[in-house]
Amino acid sequence: MGLGATVAEMAEASSDATRIAAEARDRVRFEEEALALADQVYGVARHLAGSRDEAEDLVQETYARAFRSWRSFQPGTNLRAWLLRILTNLNIDRGRRQQRTPQMQALEANDYFLYDKLAQDDGGLTDEDRVVERLSQDDIVSALSAVPHDFRDVIVLVDIGDFSYQDAAQILDIPIGTVMSRLHRGRRVLKRELAESVAEDVR
Amino acid sequence: MTEIHDDPCAHCEEMMQPYLDHMLSDEEMREAEMHLDECEWCRRRYRFEESLRIYVRQAGNQPMPADLKQKLASLRIPLE
Repeated sequence: MGLGATVAEMAEASSDATRIAAEARDRVRFEEEALALADQVYGVARHLAGSRDEAEDLVQETYARAFRSWRSFQPGTNLRAWLLRILTNLNIDRGRRQQRTPQMQALEANDYFLYDKLAQDDGGLTDEDRVVERLSQDDIVSALSAVPHDFRDVIVLVDIGDFSYQDAAQILDIPIGTVMSRLHRGRRVLKRELAESVAEDVR
Repeated sequence: MTEIHDDPCAHCEEMMQPYLDHMLSDEEMREAEMHLDECEWCRRRYRFEESLRIYVRQAGNQPMPADLKQKLASLRIPLE
């Protein structure tokens, strides 16, 4: 009898050990997969946060939280989207939303005004690639930072992070129709900002 | 049946964003392409928008500071 109990106990202990080992393995795999995405997560953070330092803080907070709550990640689902969901929520918590979406100024009536403006400055020369090259990467980064947060989040996820509308809707927890309308407006605001930065360069 | 639009270029402009997002139906896609084939004015603007998007995407390719990855790895929770 005594021996029987010991065997049962040993069996239980060894199944515990197996379970613990399996969990440790899952966790290490999770952490490694998450770390492999750090460059992409940073790229998104860089555009959501105001500065490089803030972006670094945000990425660190994101990973600290991700490592703590790794059990709530469902293996086989999109880890990058899961991480970015943490990141965008943290970004909201940090109060970066204080700048509410301003009352919309009238948007430019059409989608072509930036092209028309650049082409016109170029004396009617309209080789599209050359027209784009008049914009520097700095112009783009600073124009993007001038776009209101709600719109910027969507542009950063879809146009830079390459997420589908569906994924962006899930990450930001907003309806897909809202993703589309923010994207539409956000891109126009971005172009207006770019048009202004070009105007300043000329001065 | 393809609709006839009073101002085909204005209609083409409306289709530009969904076209580049691959959100048009096959028929709308064909419609846009038919117009683009014959209208250089719109074609240039579509191409510009496409280059602009590539350009914006590249702005996202900023390398992560070298020590950040180290810091992130150190946030891992040690195994008991």
